[in-house]
Amino acid sequence: MRNAFIKAVYEQAGKDNRVYMLNADIGVFVFDDFKRDFPKRYINLGVAEANMIGVAAGLVLSGKVPFVYTIAPFVTMRCLEQIRVDVCLQNLNVKIVGVGAGLAYGVLGPTHHAIEDIAIMRALPNITVISPGDPWEAYEATKASVRHEGPVYIRLAKSGEPSLVEHRHNAFQIGKGVTLREGKDATLIATGCMVKNALCVAQKLFCEGINLRVINMHTIKPIDHDIILESARDTGAIFTMEEHSVIGGLGSAVAEVLAEESTEKVQFLRIGFKDTFCEVVGSREYLLAKHGLDVPSVSKMVANSLRGSPVQ
Amino acid sequence: MTLHLDKKPLEQDLTVVDLKKLAYRMRRQIIDMAVSAGGGHIAPALSAVEILISLYFRVLRINPEDPQWPERDRFILSKGHGCCALYAVLAERGFLHRDALKTFCQDGHAMGGHPEYGKIPGVETSTGSLGHGLSIAIGISLAAKNDGNTCRSFVLLGDGECNEGSVWEAAMSASQFQLDNLVAIVDYNKLLATGFIKDVMALEPFAMKWKSFGWEVREVNGHDINEVSRTLNEVPFAEKRPSVVIAHTVKGKGVSYMENNPVWHYRLPNKEELLQAYKELNEGLQSLT
Repeated sequence: MRNAFIKAVYEQAGKDNRVYMLNADIGVFVFDDFKRDFPKRYINLGVAEANMIGVAAGLVLSGKVPFVYTIAPFVTMRCLEQIRVDVCLQNLNVKIVGVGAGLAYGVLGPTHHAIEDIAIMRALPNITVISPGDPWEAYEATKASVRHEGPVYIRLAKSGEPSLVEHRHNAFQIGKGVTLREGKDATLIATGCMVKNALCVAQKLFCEGINLRVINMHTIKPIDHDIILESARDTGAIFTMEEHSVIGGLGSAVAEVLAEESTEKVQFLRIGFKDTFCEVVGSREYLLAKHGLDVPSVSKMVANSLRGSPVQ
Repeated sequence: MTLHLDKKPLEQDLTVVDLKKLAYRMRRQIIDMAVSAGGGHIAPALSAVEILISLYFRVLRINPEDPQWPERDRFILSKGHGCCALYAVLAERGFLHRDALKTFCQDGHAMGGHPEYGKIPGVETSTGSLGHGLSIAIGISLAAKNDGNTCRSFVLLGDGECNEGSVWEAAMSASQFQLDNLVAIVDYNKLLATGFIKDVMALEPFAMKWKSFGWEVREVNGHDINEVSRTLNEVPFAEKRPSVVIAHTVKGKGVSYMENNPVWHYRLPNKEELLQAYKELNEGLQSLT
């Protein structure tokens, strides 16, 4: 996803001289093309995220469209108050891009995990929160964020994510969830890298006679109300799946819509980190399994829930 | 209410005596705004009066008729709690109608206890949380350099604000980027909200700190309009380096019982104290005529 983002931002910079790239000392060679072709518009602020956000706000006040980029927890939480006041309060056109969503930096430990960032960003007025599901979507989201007037947070995994061929025929549109697989027994709504896992869960449960609908909710804010309510009506059961805490993320956003707007009786379960940090390090796959978020665990959880058995 | 541009002519020809008189008027306006609102920071505004007068009447290249003029110098009040002084000088300079000052902190109005971007002509960015303004000014200065825009950015920082780490992140980057179109001014009134800064979180050696961060430093008496103006009109003090003016000031300046007394950071005068303040300001004004 990182390379797809960098390709998109490079192309956008070529078309639109308002586009700037601000970085807080990560990605040694990945910006070489940008630096070579747009040297004045590449600004490395060093290890100083708060200053980076303020500088970006100043650039917007002079008509620029800056992307600010570093590891997800640092670009959201270290400089949260700058994002709140300088960017969101003033509704400025800053594009905040965090790499290392969820457990992409699993072995680097909990300082480098991002499992609260959606919740925190989503609470801020004026901002749009996007969590792409694969490199293609990261590329499209980056392009769309330039066209979108206002603050955007894009949450990227890192590298090596599989492409989701299922959604290629859909144009990317901020705020519009995408149905990747039709199903009638329940709906699995996922975001980010969990979209791939959700498709695997659906495939696995299909073999067990459970037919799941799968929705890629790439935009967490504004959340797509229609697709949630339609799925609640059609399937009667909704499961959310995210590489994020169950507090405040996709699951909460979907729950808010269901609780306030759904007229159906809907079975509902949030699947994500249960208000905890990771206590050991490990690869993303290892840590997901340890926290019951791998494909076999989620499949079991969904199946048990639908059968009325205890979930865990 | 809508804030209208005042159509009066530019007052470039005011003498220093005129500006000193203006300082007394502004101090009275600041006190009246806070008292009628029942809140607001008086003393931190009083220490910045001469700095703002110098900027708005002697230094900044601005046009009140066209607040968004792209080539204008930018001024950012990073110590946003001193906003009564900013609103008063914006009114004096014709960005606002004087009546707009009466809306300060009133229900349903835009002119709050910290200045907000997009709501008040002449306010370049929202401030109020300390330690933000310098970074924003750096963004503006970088864009200006890239665009060949000759505008300059001036930022007024509080001394207490310089306890914020983000100020020093910004300071480091301004010299790295060789921003000689950026000027910081510190309203060094020596007082925080809770006591003297030397006792709470000392800044000294303050000039040395800025110098070691790559800035060219000048120190002035922040209540001497001639000295402040002359110094600010010498920027950049060095080529390819940002400039900082440490303005030695007195918190609560102009009202004897407020001066150098920490309790006045956000306290309001009672009736008796208010009359005393009026009396002192009137006497000061009279002494100039």
